[in-house]
Amino acid sequence: MTQPPKGVRRSYGVEAAPYAPPSSSTTLKRARSAPYFFILPAAVLFALFFALPIGYAVWLSFHKVRIKGLGLGKGAKTEVWAGLENYTSALADSELLASALRVLGYGAIVVPVMLGLALFFALLLDSERVRGRSFARLAIFLPYAVPGVIAAVLWGFLYLPDVSPFHYLLDKAGLPQPDLMDGGPLYLAMSNIAVWGGTGFNMIVIYTALRALPTEVYEAAKLDGCSELQIALRVKIPMVVPSLVLTFFFSIIATLQVFNEPMTLKPLTNGIPSTWSPLMKVYSDAFTGGNIHAASATAVVLALATFALSFTLLRISNRRTTQGAGR
Amino acid sequence: MTGLASPKLREAAPATGRTPATAPGVSQGPPRPRRTALLPTTALVLGALYCLLPVAWVLVAATKADDELFSTFTFLPGTGLTDNIGELTGYRDGIYWRWMANSVLYAGLGGALSTVVSAFAGYALAVYRFRGREAFFNIMLAGVLMPPVILAVPQYLLMAEADLTDTYASVLLPLVLSPYGVYLGRIYAEAAVPMELVEAGRMDGAGEWRIFLRIAVPMMAPGLVTIFLFQFVAIWNNFLLPFIMLGDDEKFPMTVGLFTLLKQGASQPALYTLVITGALLAIVPLIALFLLIQRFWSLDLLSGAVKS
Repeated sequence: MTQPPKGVRRSYGVEAAPYAPPSSSTTLKRARSAPYFFILPAAVLFALFFALPIGYAVWLSFHKVRIKGLGLGKGAKTEVWAGLENYTSALADSELLASALRVLGYGAIVVPVMLGLALFFALLLDSERVRGRSFARLAIFLPYAVPGVIAAVLWGFLYLPDVSPFHYLLDKAGLPQPDLMDGGPLYLAMSNIAVWGGTGFNMIVIYTALRALPTEVYEAAKLDGCSELQIALRVKIPMVVPSLVLTFFFSIIATLQVFNEPMTLKPLTNGIPSTWSPLMKVYSDAFTGGNIHAASATAVVLALATFALSFTLLRISNRRTTQGAGR
Repeated sequence: MTGLASPKLREAAPATGRTPATAPGVSQGPPRPRRTALLPTTALVLGALYCLLPVAWVLVAATKADDELFSTFTFLPGTGLTDNIGELTGYRDGIYWRWMANSVLYAGLGGALSTVVSAFAGYALAVYRFRGREAFFNIMLAGVLMPPVILAVPQYLLMAEADLTDTYASVLLPLVLSPYGVYLGRIYAEAAVPMELVEAGRMDGAGEWRIFLRIAVPMMAPGLVTIFLFQFVAIWNNFLLPFIMLGDDEKFPMTVGLFTLLKQGASQPALYTLVITGALLAIVPLIALFLLIQRFWSLDLLSGAVKS
C-alpha cells in the first residue's frame, strides 16, 4: 500500500548519503534528533486539529444521548453506545439522499466543464501563435483571489432579473426569461460560480506541467509534419495526464463539499432549501437541529463516499489511460 | 489510500524536470514568421472576459445609489460611489473595516505561522532520512485529501470543550497546519537546497538549526513566499470555519460579515448597496496584491513548479 515517496527530484544524489560522516558522536546525535524537532510543530498540529477531530467524529457517530426522567439537572443526559443506529438513520434520510443527488448533478456539470476549460486554456497559453497570453493568464486566474462567498454575491446579483444582463438581453430579444435561481437553471447558475472560481487555478497547474515537458518531443512531432492541434491532442495531453488526475481528484473533493456558494445565494431566492448540499445538511443537523451525533455520522458517511467516488473514478481513468498508452 | 495517491501527487509535481530549452524561441531552430492564430486567440480572450465580467460589474454596481441599483442598466455607472463607501464606513460604527482588519489578521498571522510550520516539516522531509519519515509524509498527503466536512463539526465541539469557541484562536489555530503547504515545502526544499551546502555547513561545525536558518531559508525563499500566499488566500477565502466558530460579529472575518449583511438584506434591500460596495472593497486588496507581485513571482510556483 505505501509506496516510498521518494523526492520529486534527486538532483544531488542525496539518496545514498543522507549526511556526511559525522565528525563526532554529538554531531551524529544532533543530526539524528534534528528532523524530529523540525516536524514537531506539524505533527502536534496534525494530532490536535486533524486526527483528534476525526477520531472524535467517529466516536460521536457511534453514540447517542439518552435522557433520564425529564432530562433535567446534571447527569440526566448521558451519551450511550448507539451502534450503527446513526448510520442507518443517516442513510435512510431522504433529505440527505436528495442533497447528495443534487450535488452529484452539480458535480457532473462542474468537474468536466471546469477541467475541460482549464485544459483548453492551458493549451492555448502554451501555444506561441496565440496573442494576449499574459493578460489572459492573469485574468483567468483572477477569480482565485475572490472568496467563494463574494463570488456568490457577485453572481447572485447578476442572476437577479432586475440586475442581470442576461435577462436584459433576453428581454430585448423578446425571449422568455427563466428564473436562474430555481429548478433546473439553478444547477447551471450554481455550477457557473464554481467553474468561474476554479478554472484559473487548475489551468495554472496544467499549464505548469505543459511547460515542464521537454521541447524535443514537440520538435520531433513538428519535423514529422504534425499540426499544432495534432501535437496538442497526441503529444501534450497524454503527457500531462498526471496533472489532470490530480486536478480531477481535488475538484471532486471540493465539489462534493460545496457549502459557501449555496449558503450565500440562499437569501436571494426561495429556490434553495437549507439542506441543498450534504454539507449544508450536516451544518443544519448539528447547529440548527442540535443533533451532533447524527451530524457526525452523516459527515463520516460523506467523507467515505467522497473517497470511494474519487478512487473509483481514478481507477477508471487510470485503466483508460493505460489502455490508451498500450495501443 | 495514501499509497494510491502519493505516486500521483509525485508525478504531477511537474516542472522540476523542466529543461532550460523551453524558453520560447531558443529551441525553435531557424526563426520563421509566426502568424497569430486568430480563432484560439479569440477563445482565450473570451475566456479572460468571462472571468473579468463579475469584477467589472461590481466595479460599476458599487457606484450606484440605492435607487439606481435595480432601475438603471446594469453596466451604466451610477453617481453614488463615495456616498456608498461613506455609508458602509458609517454602518454600525465602521464594523466593516473591523471585518477587513480581522481578515488581514487571520490570513496574515495564520499564513505566516503556516509558512514556518511548512518550511520546518518540508525541510526535514527533504534533507534528512529518519525513521517515520515515510509515514509522516503519507499522513500529510492523507490530510490534503481529507474533506473539511468531517473536521469542522468535531473541531467546533472540541473547541467548545476547551472553552475556546468565539475567540480569535478558534479560527486561527485549526488553519495553521496546511498539509498542502508541507507538501510544497518539501518540493521547494528538495529543489533549492543542495545537499553539498548542508554538508559543507556541517563540516564547518554549524549546527543543524543554523544550517537551516542561514543556508536553507534564503534558498527556499521564493517557495516560502508561495506557501505564504497560498495559505493567505486560503484563509482569506475561508468561510465555513469562522462561520461555525464565531458568534460575536466583532470577530468576524470579511466573508462571514458580508454574508450576514446579505442575509439581512433580504428584509432590508437598502443593505444591498452596502453588500456590493463591501464586496468590491474586499476583493481589491487581493487583486492588487497579485497584480503587484506577478512581476517578480510566478504563478506556476503555486502548483509546485521549480525552475532548474
